[in-house]
Amino acid sequence: MSDITKQSLSELVENIKSKKLSSSEVTKAFVERSEKSKELNAYITEDFTNALNKAKMFDEKPNLDLKLPGIPMAVKDLFCTKDLRTTAGSKILNNFIPTYESTVTQNIWNEGAILMGKLNCDEFAMGSSNETSFFGNVQNPIDKNLVPGGSSGGSSSAVAAQLTPITIGTDTGGSIRQPASFTGTVGLKPTYGSCSRYGIVAFASSLDQAGPMAQNVKDCALLQGVISTYDEKDSTSIDFKRNEYSKELTKDIKGKKIGIPKEYRVDGMPKEIEDLWKKGIEYAKDCGAEIIDISLPHTNYALPTYYIVAPAEASSNLARYDGVKYGFRAEGENLIDMYEKTRSEGFGAEVQRRIMIGTYVLSSGYYDAYYLKAQKVRKLIKNDFDDAYREVDAILTPSTPSSAFKIGEKTNDPVSMYLNDIFTVPVNLAGLPGISIPAGHDSNGYPLGLQIIGKAFDEQNILNIAYAMEEKINFKNNITDWWIK
Amino acid sequence: MSNNKSEYLINRHDNQYEVVIGLEVHAQVTSQSKLFSTSATKFGAEPNTQVSLVDAAFPGMLPVINEYCVKQAIKTGIGLKAKINKISVFDRKNYFYADLPQGYQISQFKDPIVGEGKVILDMPDGQKEVGIERLHLEQDAGKSIHDLDSKNTFVDLNRSGVALMEIVSKPDLRSPDEVNAYIKKLRSIMRYLGTCDGNMQEGSLRADVNVSVRKKGSKEFGTRCEIKNVNSIKFMQMAIEYEANRQVDLIEDGQIIDQETRLFDTKKNETRSMRSKEDAHDYRYFPDPDLLPLEVSDDFIENLKSEIPELPDEKKKRFIEQFKLSSYEANILVSDIAISNYFENVIKKSDVKLATNWIIGELFAALNEKNLEITDSPISAGNLSKLINLIKDGTISGKIAKTVFEQMMKGDKDPKKIVEEKGLKQESDPKALEALIDKVIDDNRDKAIEYKSGKVKLFGFFVGQIMKVSGGKANPQLVNEILKKKL
Repeated sequence: MSDITKQSLSELVENIKSKKLSSSEVTKAFVERSEKSKELNAYITEDFTNALNKAKMFDEKPNLDLKLPGIPMAVKDLFCTKDLRTTAGSKILNNFIPTYESTVTQNIWNEGAILMGKLNCDEFAMGSSNETSFFGNVQNPIDKNLVPGGSSGGSSSAVAAQLTPITIGTDTGGSIRQPASFTGTVGLKPTYGSCSRYGIVAFASSLDQAGPMAQNVKDCALLQGVISTYDEKDSTSIDFKRNEYSKELTKDIKGKKIGIPKEYRVDGMPKEIEDLWKKGIEYAKDCGAEIIDISLPHTNYALPTYYIVAPAEASSNLARYDGVKYGFRAEGENLIDMYEKTRSEGFGAEVQRRIMIGTYVLSSGYYDAYYLKAQKVRKLIKNDFDDAYREVDAILTPSTPSSAFKIGEKTNDPVSMYLNDIFTVPVNLAGLPGISIPAGHDSNGYPLGLQIIGKAFDEQNILNIAYAMEEKINFKNNITDWWIK
Repeated sequence: MSNNKSEYLINRHDNQYEVVIGLEVHAQVTSQSKLFSTSATKFGAEPNTQVSLVDAAFPGMLPVINEYCVKQAIKTGIGLKAKINKISVFDRKNYFYADLPQGYQISQFKDPIVGEGKVILDMPDGQKEVGIERLHLEQDAGKSIHDLDSKNTFVDLNRSGVALMEIVSKPDLRSPDEVNAYIKKLRSIMRYLGTCDGNMQEGSLRADVNVSVRKKGSKEFGTRCEIKNVNSIKFMQMAIEYEANRQVDLIEDGQIIDQETRLFDTKKNETRSMRSKEDAHDYRYFPDPDLLPLEVSDDFIENLKSEIPELPDEKKKRFIEQFKLSSYEANILVSDIAISNYFENVIKKSDVKLATNWIIGELFAALNEKNLEITDSPISAGNLSKLINLIKDGTISGKIAKTVFEQMMKGDKDPKKIVEEKGLKQESDPKALEALIDKVIDDNRDKAIEYKSGKVKLFGFFVGQIMKVSGGKANPQLVNEILKKKL
């Protein structure tokens, strides 16, 4: 089969289970395509030789009862992988090789998948374009010099370009959904507490959540069923009854009430986005859903709230990278000098900016005005959703206020970069699940995504809605393999 | 309250100054594993052998609360008659140091697990109540070792993440003696509860001492200085004396006291400025997002209450009522749970009055001399109880008992056996004693005549001679009776 990499995860699983394909054939195909796609710069660390060996071992003794039998997979370089370098896209962890495995990736390997390598991302997941990575820009396979979104930009690029059948990212303020939207792929940010944070390099602990990034909704549901487990090693992991997401997946969403929040019609939103949203509403209606206008009155405050809470937590989470125990160390005259040089040279500009913002908002004299107030507003934003969910089952919005932009276009304007997260951030602040599905193209032919936001722990419902709408939308990604010579 | 007699005041010219002291005691929780990880906490292990990925703050590692440490803190709170907070919050205290791997210490800032309580001190002039402001749980830091190498500092993370209870007193203490009594009482309560071993040499108990002075009679507090991390009661007392006098001198000199953090130099016996208030760290406390607020139910607290043993104050009351001990005796016997256990074992089978005197007198003196704790006593409670019974039933005299006791201190031996082997049994046969007494009178006929002629003081001489001849074994009571008749 020459078009192995064109197959979806579900097809590959089927073909391996029915022995039409071996793990070695599949792994070889994705490794070869990855080798030919270096220009995308999707990988930070490749582990192809090991992957091929593991595939061979799998084929010698295949366990076909597993959910991901012999499936090769590259993952975002924010997940700690035992014995394989984990950088978080930063110079400060350039040489860091964990002796342990994150719970989410362990769950994936337990189901038979094989690690191919670590995918590029914004440094410590701080960014919306993958341009803050120490390991360089990632190209969006949609078009040359287009950002793949961020922070899971290596992941979105790799899935869209079919370098990996599926992948996982992390989403603190939109880092799964925005890059999915920019690359015409599907990305799910689960409910906070659904996937363990153990072994994931922390950005903002109260917001970070791992999730699947896939070519379609069914694949996304399949992987969510694997990665979402209760974990005692994460005190914020929640022990709730998890659905069998892919088995329970249905296109029957008749009578589901879907809310349209008026506050998401932001000033200066391109008409293309407005039109996409309208189209989305029509698709939802076509699927039998009932559309209800709702209000989420504190939406305006979500972005400023996020840019206080997330940097505050990050400033503390990143204190451990001090050159003492592991990672990059610059020589210094004394301890303080060593700290200053290590952190000045080890962290990039965006990370330093956020550490400074975070340090500032937590400082005595400013704490009440910024951090404490932000926490109160966060509660109000959550209350908005709680109120809305008394009337509706899910909420439909655009994923992003624009399509993918050019590399370098926004690097000197952090606020305009931050505005990219305007539709995704409230979901993280409220701890809710949200999924982005591709829904159309802009005038350049770049993909645009729609976001479906669910109630807490109601991933099944938004997956179902996405699944039903996906069929109606019938989106096709235009990928020309321009980077393959 | 204190009366004038024992009040601790500093006199300068015509002014009298009172010293106001508050303590922040750091007590290491007795627990097999650390506050947020499963690493061991044993003292004295090889450097960096009790360190998990969490303790060393590796990327992606997360803290998980140790329920046992929470129970220990609540038990201590109950022992301090304090309010237990059903919801408490862990905060991050952010600062950089080489032995603080996370770059922050997990502590409790706004919402501690234990609120206000109290400790009763028995001072020579009566009882004194010291208020407890709060008790919270926090992580200990690692240890920086600066003296192994001229250029480098070494870091041992064995202690990193070990659970501490910070017990903050109200500024209720007024003298070094009260501080001594307070620390001892706190330690006693925690040892009764098994929540902290109180071993100051191993650093299980140390304190930050807040000191201020004010003119006697003033209601306002003076500006305080905090003396960091003092690890013995003696040093705390020395530091307070030095610091209080320093502050009084400044005031008398018309100067202002800066609120600052100081350290006590044990070699020079002085406190030195570490940093002023202006240089104080901004710790940027905020709730740790890796941990949910800690909630404990009423049932959880009630269950722990049922596990609380009889504590020193209650035990003292019972000893006074049940055994008719003096307040002084009871205080000594309940001060340490090992002592009170020993005492109660001795009196199971022997006389309370004698047991009290022997434990507080002979035993403590002997242990002191050998620098031993009661738990290392060569004489078991059972054997001491046998010795007391030998005195009580007249088998040996009190004086002989001391000889037997000395033998017992050399190795725990049944006192009955010692008495038999050494032939120390008391002579109480009247006929044998009569013969002995006759002989002594016979040998000292001149003295006997003097006695009869009115020199009654000589009676003592005869008793002495008789005891001497009998090798101390003659029953003194019978000797008295018979001698009176004979003379």
